[in-house]
Amino acid sequence: MKTLLKNGNIVLKDKIIRGDLVFENNRIIYIGEKYSGEAVQEYDLSGKMVLSGLIDMHTHLREPGLEYKEDIASGSRSAVAGGFTAIACMPNTNPVLDNPALISYVKYRAEECGLCKVLPIGAVTKGQKGQTLAEMRLMSDSGAIAFSDDGYPVSTARMLRLALEYVQDFDGLIISHCEDASLSDGGYVHEGESASIAGLKGIPRAAEDAGTARDIIIAQSMNARLHIAHVSTKGAVEIIRYFKSQGAKITAETCPQYLFATDKEILNFNTFAKINPPLRESFDNEALIQGLKDGVIDALATDHAPHHIDEKKVEFANAAFGSIGLESAVGLNTRLLEKGFDWIDLARLLSSNPAKILKLKDTGELKTGNIADITVIDPDIEYIFDAQKTFSKAQNSLFDGWKLKGKAIMTIVEGNIIYNNGKILERA
Amino acid sequence: MDKKDLIGLKGVSAELITKILDGAFKMKKVLLSNQKKISLLNGKSVFLMFYEPSTRTSSSFDQAAKVLGANLIKLSVNSSSVKKGENLIDTGKTLDSMKADILVIRHFCSGVAKLLAQNVQASVINAGDGLNEHPTQALLDMMTMKEKWDSFVGKKVALIGDIKHSRVARSNIWGLTAMGAKVTVCGPATLMPANIENFPVTVAKTKEQAVSDADAIMGLRLQLERQDNGMFPSIREYHRYYGIDQELLKIAKKDVLVMHPGPVNRGVEIESQVKDGQFSYINEQVTNGVAVRMAVMAYLTCKLDEFMKEQPKGAKVIPL
Repeated sequence: MKTLLKNGNIVLKDKIIRGDLVFENNRIIYIGEKYSGEAVQEYDLSGKMVLSGLIDMHTHLREPGLEYKEDIASGSRSAVAGGFTAIACMPNTNPVLDNPALISYVKYRAEECGLCKVLPIGAVTKGQKGQTLAEMRLMSDSGAIAFSDDGYPVSTARMLRLALEYVQDFDGLIISHCEDASLSDGGYVHEGESASIAGLKGIPRAAEDAGTARDIIIAQSMNARLHIAHVSTKGAVEIIRYFKSQGAKITAETCPQYLFATDKEILNFNTFAKINPPLRESFDNEALIQGLKDGVIDALATDHAPHHIDEKKVEFANAAFGSIGLESAVGLNTRLLEKGFDWIDLARLLSSNPAKILKLKDTGELKTGNIADITVIDPDIEYIFDAQKTFSKAQNSLFDGWKLKGKAIMTIVEGNIIYNNGKILERA
Repeated sequence: MDKKDLIGLKGVSAELITKILDGAFKMKKVLLSNQKKISLLNGKSVFLMFYEPSTRTSSSFDQAAKVLGANLIKLSVNSSSVKKGENLIDTGKTLDSMKADILVIRHFCSGVAKLLAQNVQASVINAGDGLNEHPTQALLDMMTMKEKWDSFVGKKVALIGDIKHSRVARSNIWGLTAMGAKVTVCGPATLMPANIENFPVTVAKTKEQAVSDADAIMGLRLQLERQDNGMFPSIREYHRYYGIDQELLKIAKKDVLVMHPGPVNRGVEIESQVKDGQFSYINEQVTNGVAVRMAVMAYLTCKLDEFMKEQPKGAKVIPL
């Protein structure tokens, strides 16, 4: 069945063309000027941006075990409504995704939902406890896309080194949450003026900078691949820049909260602004944006971290870390267009680079023959983001009430229109 | 009309602080009279919610409420539903449903007074939340100064000790600077908040710099367990460089006020001779604490104006 997307602004690898895109079954079969053939269904996308399907490298789906916060179905609905065709989910569930059966379970549940692609990330160490390596190779064969002890740094430098060494046999990817926990020392907001005023316990920026340096130095010494999760400090950007210039095989991601929000959000004791790593300062925002521009930072993720309201409507110190982010990502990331970025950059940061880092085949770029993973964005729509109206089970959005511009209006996964104009559709 | 709370002094106007202090001076007359009970808050209910051990602050609120004629209920946190894991907001709403007029909360987490105030109808008084604020303490400190000074403008107040973990220091910084005083802080770098230079204070490297020409010196309580966390190496060293002793008073103004929110670790923050000496206003602070809390409760229940208009009657007032 041929589907024709007409008159859209199609964002290719190096240019944007106004024209038609056709897919049949699950593949893109035509991109170009006016399509002369017949199509069973067609959509006029005048004025809309057509991008390769967005890929979120960093999501928390909370299943198994924490379904009261989110589950694979609700998280997947939120993802497709946010324009994501694939999401990589972190293993800090209960139990932790640290064995092949659990990886298979997540994949099975995701297929049952039939929405976006869900790419499970396995734990590096059993139970994410940092003591012994998890069965990464078996997990890889069961479909784990990468490995991370996210939420925590891999506890010791030695354990990280072992893990990086071990995954080389099957070219596994380790994703590192870089933090020197002894420096964080139980802190839960960025150490700075806002924390000092509010009397909240700070995490010094050195915790992330030192953790980043440690992990990269170890990776470089092994000549191993390493992906750095949720970069939030200027120092970490500069460290990554330096080691990339030295040829280290590292990649890095950041998230919109680290580009467009600062630690001033905590002055009101807004627990939705309690995230880890913490919101930093405006010069960090600028350094990260510069890092994205220079290619120091490769990808934009969300770190979608759903929590039940009861875990957020408590004393700040006792509130859970995290903000949901899947459905606000597009409307925030378009702010980069006012900072010297274009849609080709956004497609690279949100789709092609994540696809490359995760080694996904035949996706990440709109071209004939690739899988029809496509996100259509209305770039002009302006709205007040309402966290109550998301598809997530959770409402803990830092961005609730923010004015956003740009929104995914259609999400196509493997040739199936899964989301269209605010509605989630069944797979054909 | 919005309900009134006292969450902190940050952003509170000089006008309001003056109003409360004026109220407190008149309240003090009631407190010092030989018939220390009035009916201003008859029919009002005050609940004390103390999640952190406290003797002086809770008895001070207790005394203040009773002198004003309010009903007072003290929540025993250790044996209550709190112990059973009840959420703070639920506890607050329960007290609301019992028709509390004022909830006085002391809690070890910063921001809790605000969280509670956002979720209840009763007025909330912050009796100290984590490291954030302790507004009634700063108000009583300011009252003690105001008793001696005509004006705060240009006065130098030195805060010495653990600034980082002190809600008393924070509230005093906001309150005193709002009133036009100049605040100098001094303490070991490990006990200074990050970015202290962005606060409206002068940071002194030594206690001598801090108290030179000071009109008031305030020692801050040092939690001795901070030593175990490695924030300072020994009591001896701390006292040598940050302790308030008689030698130090010589470089302050000659009528300097020595203050401390209490309880004092004798020989640590302040040496005994100074604590018990002629410049010490530490006991006066305690008396003023009751008066300030009376004024705050009257203000929050919209009774302060009425009280200020009243002529003192019945009880004979002992002149100050």
